[in-house]
Formats: sequence, structure tokens, C-alpha cells
Amino acid sequence: MSTLLQLESVGVSIGTVALLEGISLSVERGQILGLVGESGSGKSLTALAAMGLLPLIGGRITTGQVRFDGQDMAAMTEAQRRALRGRRIGFVTQNPMTALDPVQRIGAQVDIVSRLHLGLSWQAARARTLDLLTQMRIPEPAAVAEAYPHQLSGGMKQRIVIAMALAGDPDLIIADEPTTALDVTVQAQIIQILGQIVRERGAALLLITHDMGVVAQICDRVAVLYAGRLAEEGPVGPIFAAPAHPYTRALIGCIPQEGMAKGSLRGIPGAVPSALAMPSGCRFNPRCPHASAICCETAPSFAPFGAGGVACHHAGVAS
Amino acid sequence: MTEPLILIEALSKRFQSGGGLFARPRAMMAVRDVSLSVGRGEVVGVVGESGCGKSTLARLVLRLIEPTAGTVRFDGTDLTGLPPAALRRMRRRMAMVFQDPYSSLDPRYTLTDVLSEPYRVQGEPLPTGRVAEMLGAVGLPEAMATSHPHQLSGGQRQRVGIARALALAPDFVVLDEPTASLDVSIQAQIIALLSDLRDRLGLTYLFISHDLGLVRYFCNRIVVMYLGAVVEVLPAATATPRHPYTQALIASGFVPDPAARRAIVPVAGEVPSPFNLPPGCAFAGRCPRATDQCRTTRPALSDEAHPVACFHPI
Repeated sequence: MSTLLQLESVGVSIGTVALLEGISLSVERGQILGLVGESGSGKSLTALAAMGLLPLIGGRITTGQVRFDGQDMAAMTEAQRRALRGRRIGFVTQNPMTALDPVQRIGAQVDIVSRLHLGLSWQAARARTLDLLTQMRIPEPAAVAEAYPHQLSGGMKQRIVIAMALAGDPDLIIADEPTTALDVTVQAQIIQILGQIVRERGAALLLITHDMGVVAQICDRVAVLYAGRLAEEGPVGPIFAAPAHPYTRALIGCIPQEGMAKGSLRGIPGAVPSALAMPSGCRFNPRCPHASAICCETAPSFAPFGAGGVACHHAGVAS
Repeated sequence: MTEPLILIEALSKRFQSGGGLFARPRAMMAVRDVSLSVGRGEVVGVVGESGCGKSTLARLVLRLIEPTAGTVRFDGTDLTGLPPAALRRMRRRMAMVFQDPYSSLDPRYTLTDVLSEPYRVQGEPLPTGRVAEMLGAVGLPEAMATSHPHQLSGGQRQRVGIARALALAPDFVVLDEPTASLDVSIQAQIIALLSDLRDRLGLTYLFISHDLGLVRYFCNRIVVMYLGAVVEVLPAATATPRHPYTQALIASGFVPDPAARRAIVPVAGEVPSPFNLPPGCAFAGRCPRATDQCRTTRPALSDEAHPVACFHPI
């Protein structure tokens, strides 16, 4: 297996505010890495950093390196990065309602990707579009290609957005909460399609989600973010069986499951701290049931643990 | 048996859309012939996907919108025939918590304004110390009374929404997807709070949600809706589903356990347009068990201990 995307202790700031610190991740070909955490933990920011899109929101990488297929993204020109996005990196946004142009027909919006990035003719691009829509199990692809976004359901639109991300035949797909706005039966369809793409094309998928159920179902590895830092990372099996970080354990415990006793679902007390008022020491300490004096003073470093790593002074105490 | 707190009979709501000089208006039944009872102290869940009519049903139950047909009886009184003044008096005893804590609070109000509004509407003086008491009941500090909604997180706002609903000590609360826009960690906090409040204040809930896992955790009885109609009523949270749609809903949920990983078999097909429903069972086009009978005749909800609207239940 070869590493396609690698983040090495990446730090990100907007203005003088540090939002991400020491984020190290890697995604291999044929692998699905889940990136989880509550809102405000820095998931989407990590995705923007990986694509070199931070300037769009006024952010910048302050430390570390993002490497795509071995190349340092920071060393590339903007033109080189732009050629990469859409071609070798496909992006699926969270909200399919706003990701599509409301005044352009579906077909034209998908065609343009393969015309731009693969240099296909108009006819060849359309043939490819219809093929992609069929792969997405869209009924009557030719009719849908002539439709406008408002004529389609949310689940259909999300499949179109995925088709657009695939049109450039990317090696890496970054999907930012691709199913959050969708119904469960549609979510199951989308997750199945994404899993299939990775297996059949040998692509890599960085799947951003807040749903530990989705992670358990299709991811190979999972990275847990909390308040802009990496809390835990590793293969899915051991992490769900015995989460080393109390935050990972708490997140898994938030999902109602069959056979759970009434009253056992309590959530995580408090809320994710604001970037302007981060607690000292471990940022999870105000919400952690295992916090001790050292947790309030010193930030734990991210250290190897099992087949992954964890940043906790009491790693393993939770399980 | 005593009369249930809420008794809904053959409730329907028809919406019309479009229409103009040249276009003929289109009509759809958002809620079709729904009958349901909620006993005192019960937590009844209504679950279904977008467009199934669950939020319309929630609004009909409190008569926030007028039904096209059918009745809603609240503690023996028919709400649908009540004149406005009597309805307002009745409304003290029922409340609603809305889905979106961002749009359901007036951004110009302080929390004191928000929480005293129910008293203002009912023309009653606000008892001294009541605002602090309400904030305390939902786990918010008293000092927040002078804050505005924009200073609060999503979870804190939803706590305010709950406090407002409970201001006049109602018997019955409709919870319309109260956690849909919150993180799972905060969702679990809110569910725990709602559960504690119910035990403490003896409340009765109608809990609307798209999340069957959550409904099975929180509710005593579960009503499953598909395209405006009730397709199944699970008599207990642990009951095994009999309708293929309910089974598909359960199969679509992912368990947070990689050992329980399985092949995903998504429900085939698309949800039909509510403006153009098929003549038979609305789920027939996506159902693996459908026969010709299903495609031509609409199944009625059976009159059993575990009611289901299906010709070929599991």
C-alpha cells in the first residue's frame, strides 16, 4: 500500500487564532479513514488544509506539511494545486442543496469536470456523465441529466455531487459529512456507494463524519479530533473494542443502541471549548471523568498506543 | 381503562400547492387518516423519513394548523371545535419544543423575555423567581437570564426551548425533532434532561424523530409513518417490526460496533412524490415482498395488539 495523503503535525491558524495543532494523519490507497469529532473540533478545517483551500477562508498552515502522493503541497504553485483538485482529489461537500448551481442543468455541471480535467470532448464527457449517474444508481440518467437541481430529492442531489467528485477519476476522495443532511435509508445507499468506489477503484477516502455508527460500518482507520487536536488514531476494530481515550469512549457511548438500559445515555457534559478560551493542559479535562491534576497543567503528547496513537495522560484507563 | 390524554381520530391534512392563471393547483395529503392515542405519562414516538408527515401531525395535534378532517381530543375536550379563547386557555396545558433552536428563539429577546412570554400570552403575572427556577430546571445558570440567544450554544438554546415549553407547567409536550440539529454528545444530554423532567413533572410526550434508534431508546410506543399514513405501531420499543418499511429503517441504521459490520442492502428505488401517490400501498414500489394486490389496493392499519398496514407482514 502506498500513502496518498499525509499530514505531518499540521497547525492551522486564522489570523492570530490557532485552530488546529499537531494534526498527523495518513490515508493509503484502497483505504477509508474516518475523521470524527463534535462540531467545532476542526474536521472541516482539516479537509480544507488537505486540499490547500485554507486561503479561501483566510486561514494558513503555520506548522507541518501536507503531502499528496509524496509531494509537498506548499511547494506547489496555485495552478498546480488547482490542477490536482477535481482531477486527483475529489471533494464531496456536506450540503448537496448548495453544492449545485441552481440555474444549470445537472448534466452540464457533471460534464464540465471531465472536460476540464480529462480534456474530453463534449460528447465523450456526456457519455461519461451518464455512465457515472448509472453507477450512482440514478434512475433514468438521461432524463436526470436534463433536469435542474430543484427537481431532484436530497438523496439524488448528493449522488450527483459524488458523481461530480468522481468525474475526474480521482485517487483521493474527501467527503465532508456526505450523509448528514439525508434520511437513513438514503444514507445507507450513499455509504454503500462510497465503500464500493474505494474497493473497486483502489481510491482512498477521507470520510468526515460525526456518526460513529458510519465509522464502524465502513472505515478501516479512524482519527478522533477534539478542540483542534488529535485525541486518538488507529484501526477501527481495536478502537471500538477498547477506546484508549476517554473522549473516544464517550463519543461511542452517545449512540442509542438496542438493549441499552433507560437512563444510560447521558451524553458528554459541557461543550467543546471556544478557540478563544481553550482550557490549559488537556483540552478535554473539564469534561473528562478521569481528569487529574496533571491533565489540567500539561497537554498530553500524542504517543503510539497499540496499532495507533493516543494523546492522554491516562491512556487506556477508560476501557 | 381511563381515557387517554390525547385521542386522535381519523386525522387528515390536505395541502394545495401552485395554481395560478394557467396552472392547475396540485394537492397532496400530508397526513392521511391517522388515529392514535397517548396515555397519561406515556412517551409515544412518531418516526419516519422526510416528507412522511410527522411534523404536520405534530402541528395538527396542538391545532397549530387546522385539520382537513378528523378530531383531536385533549383530556376529553375536542380541540378541533374549540373557539379561539377556549383554545388559548386549553393551550396552557400543552406545549411544543421545536426542531431548530436557532430560529425558534427571537434574537432580540433576553432569556427572561423568552421565558416570560408564555405568561404574557396567557395574561398572567410572572411569579417572582420563576425565570431562575425554569433555568435551573433545565440545567442553565441563573446568570444567563440577561443573555441573548446568540450568546448560547445550540445545546443551551434547546434547553431554553424546553424551559419555555414547560413554563406554564403543561401536561403534554410535543417534541418535534428536538435534537436533530445537535451533536450526538449534546443530543444525549438533551434526551437525559427530557427523561428526568418527565419523571419529575409527570409529563406526557409525543416525540417526533427520524432516528429509529433514538426513538427505540426513549419511547414506550412507536408509530411509524410513510408518506402521510401510519404503517405500523410498535406496542413496545423492543417489539420486532412487522412492516417491511420498519425493517428497512432498522437495517439502514449503523451500529457503532465494527464486529457487527454487514453487507448494506439499501432499500431500492425512490420515495414516490406525495403529489402523485401510487394507488396501492405507498411502499410497494420499494418493497421486496410486494405483490399485485399491494400495487392496486391500499392496506388498512390492522386492528391488533401490534397494528400493521401490510398485506404480507413479516
